[in-house]
Amino acid sequence: MNKKLKSTAVILLLALLFAAPYIGLPVHLQSLLYVIFFWITLATSWNILSGYSGYFSFGHGAFFGVGMYGMATLATKADWPVVPAALGSGVVAALLALVIGALVFNARKIRGESFALITLAVGFVLATIVVNTPLDGGPGVYLMSVSLPQWGPKPASTFYYASLVLAVLCVGVARWVFHAKAGLGLLAIHDDEDSAEVNGVPTLRLKMAAFALSSFFAGIMGAVHALYVSYVTVGETFNITVPLTVVLMSILGGSRHWLGPMVGAVLITLLLNAFTAGDSALVGRIIIGLVLAGAVLVMPRGIVGTWQLRLHKRQMQSSKHTRQESSVHATQEVEPVKRETAASAATSAPEKVLEVRGLSKHFSGIRALQQVDLDLYKGEILGLLGPNGSGKSTFINVVTGHYRPTEGTVMLAGQSCTGWPAHRIRRQGLSRTYQIPRPFHGLTVLQNVTLAAQYGGANLTASQALEEAHEWMRFTGLEEKADCYPDEINLHQRKFLELARALAARPQVLLLDEVLSGLTPSEINSAVQTIRRIRDRGTSIVFVEHVMSAVLALSDRLVVLNQGQVIAEGLPQDVMSRHEVVSAYLGDGVV
Amino acid sequence: MPSAGLLSQALASGIFLGALYGLIGLGIGLGWGLLRQINLAHFAWVFLSAYATYELKTRLGIDPLISLVMLVPVFALLGMAVQSLLMRFAITPFNSLLVTFGMTVSVEALLQWIWSADFRRMASIYEEHKFRLSGVVITYSEAITLCLSFALVGLVWWMLHRTDIGKSVRASAEDSEIATAFGIHAKRLGIWLAGLCAALAACAGVCVALMFTLAPSQIFSWIGVIFAVVMIGRLGSALTPLVGGLIIGIIESMTMALIAPTWAPLAAFMVLILILLFRRGHE
Repeated sequence: MNKKLKSTAVILLLALLFAAPYIGLPVHLQSLLYVIFFWITLATSWNILSGYSGYFSFGHGAFFGVGMYGMATLATKADWPVVPAALGSGVVAALLALVIGALVFNARKIRGESFALITLAVGFVLATIVVNTPLDGGPGVYLMSVSLPQWGPKPASTFYYASLVLAVLCVGVARWVFHAKAGLGLLAIHDDEDSAEVNGVPTLRLKMAAFALSSFFAGIMGAVHALYVSYVTVGETFNITVPLTVVLMSILGGSRHWLGPMVGAVLITLLLNAFTAGDSALVGRIIIGLVLAGAVLVMPRGIVGTWQLRLHKRQMQSSKHTRQESSVHATQEVEPVKRETAASAATSAPEKVLEVRGLSKHFSGIRALQQVDLDLYKGEILGLLGPNGSGKSTFINVVTGHYRPTEGTVMLAGQSCTGWPAHRIRRQGLSRTYQIPRPFHGLTVLQNVTLAAQYGGANLTASQALEEAHEWMRFTGLEEKADCYPDEINLHQRKFLELARALAARPQVLLLDEVLSGLTPSEINSAVQTIRRIRDRGTSIVFVEHVMSAVLALSDRLVVLNQGQVIAEGLPQDVMSRHEVVSAYLGDGVV
Repeated sequence: MPSAGLLSQALASGIFLGALYGLIGLGIGLGWGLLRQINLAHFAWVFLSAYATYELKTRLGIDPLISLVMLVPVFALLGMAVQSLLMRFAITPFNSLLVTFGMTVSVEALLQWIWSADFRRMASIYEEHKFRLSGVVITYSEAITLCLSFALVGLVWWMLHRTDIGKSVRASAEDSEIATAFGIHAKRLGIWLAGLCAALAACAGVCVALMFTLAPSQIFSWIGVIFAVVMIGRLGSALTPLVGGLIIGIIESMTMALIAPTWAPLAAFMVLILILLFRRGHE
């Protein structure tokens, strides 16, 4: 009902906006609306990459400028009609974004702040190139002679319609991305990029696509704006105003939601307009600056973000009440999970699911792993032991694709996946958990698990993924916490959230990195039961752990690492009594 | 091929420009590295100080070097006041950028309100008097800027590395929780450091007034190049912004002399991009 009402309102508003010039909207209001739509498009397009993924670009002005000069060049020098010229400018901007993205995103060290500065520099570099080449050459380019189509009742309404269509398209696309699988992936990148990759999100591809899409819209808007101002100069195009304004609008509105930039754009444009009208422009700017500073201080999540938080808190409050009433039903028996993991578990001969040969990893001279061989058979729980610093974590990081091995091979179910990126290995059927849980803090428990299901090996539809997520939350006992954020649940539950995410990809092999550390004895007992149940469903497990009682209770076989090498392998009781194992743990003096 | 005289003149002006870049970058880098704030308001303080120097000289005839002594404590107090306000809120580096941007917009409008958008040039004896050093003409303004920049960088280095308060600041930046556990009062240090940064901005402002024609809108045109300077160095370090400033200053003025003035920004920013792309970070 509520939803229906909302969509009716949106349709009515859109119809009104499209009809407005015909029912006598005065020209000066049309141009005010043009400016509003202009900023909505720019801010929303910026947000598709930067707001969702947290890679703040200060180069949005560069792509906007590419659009301006794209139109100036294509329409005046190449005599293209304006619509293809605008689309062409958008494509050029998107291509430029792909080139920059390929350079910048491939350098692994580049995160947040560096990306912001590189994109800022791109604007200055482009400005220098444009001013020194025939694209401009210094004096600016006039676009008076370009013939414009007339859309709507008056010549001025052409721009009104162009900007309206662009704004609607851009917000529509941003909304679609936000609700799609890609949006969840981008938000996950924002929270923890490594963890996103490990959970199957193809981070590089997503960032590139979002960057291109974002720049495409900025480019088209720039092309339209070039015609609107009809005189393009480097100084007016590539200055700091556009990038900073879009950042401000998005932050003020709330950059983690598709609606945020639009809210910010409308507010700031109206505010600016209110003051530039009279002589009070300067006083207005002083006030705007202070309002902005104050707004960011008081509402760091932006307007939409703050509103969402309030909504969430209210929802938590009310669900607490209902849960207290119906707490009797909470202790239900967990339903068995229906679907089978990988291939049928009925094969009699032990089948290798993970085969590691001669695996080495060197970090500038330090040999973290040396010639490690390891086999994991189907349905097995393999305990991986070793003192601190023995290479267990490095082993997990290399096998899951976080680090490239220096040498050696990793075979997963008979297929070599050496040197693959982490998300591809995940999709191939190998999941891991982190010792210290690394949930996506900005996503709810349910979204965390749904993301893992969506980006797991099977290509699930949105509703299938949701069902899958619920199944695994039930399995790990997190069903009641579905709408909580990870910071609202305890460590034990966060560890189970790690498990649920890992399992939602339906892995053949699961690497558990010290899942039991920091848990109380009773929590350890329930976790041990859970791990048994996972194995009983056909997933083979490599189990890195320091809690010896659990290791001995669970493991079918042990492998012991010391100083990056395998020093023992075999049945648990047998291995633990060996001299070299004892001395690795306790030192040589012990007999 | 340009003459040796032209080249050495270009090199010299690159060094003077670089020294000023380094001085402004020093304040930004300290705030960024040690306070985790990307403080755009630093540029506002620089220009506020430059306009104050201009006003004191043209209206009251006060020598810029005397203004320097007067402005430093005023700006230190200003910086401390702003910092104690900001510290009431938990603020991420990106939000600090936005908050200080808002403040900068206000200051820019304020400057324009008082001094109009016109270009202003301060006349001073330091600009009129020149001396020759092995064929290179140097104004006293340039010499003062160079000396001030090197002296302040040296002073900040000494404070960070040789005094207890400086060591506490660095410890606090590295791990503020552990530092607090050892009895370091992080908040008081932050306010102290912000005061230092604003005082540095006041000094840089006097140099800007000595060497450049002023206009309020120029606040924003310095941001790009100073960020390049800061990023070439290490955040929070005393010496590296000066090195970065000199590199970019020399590259810029050489590009101006050898190719064309309009190509200068390209050279500077290509250096920034290359350094950011190929620098080895810590894993």
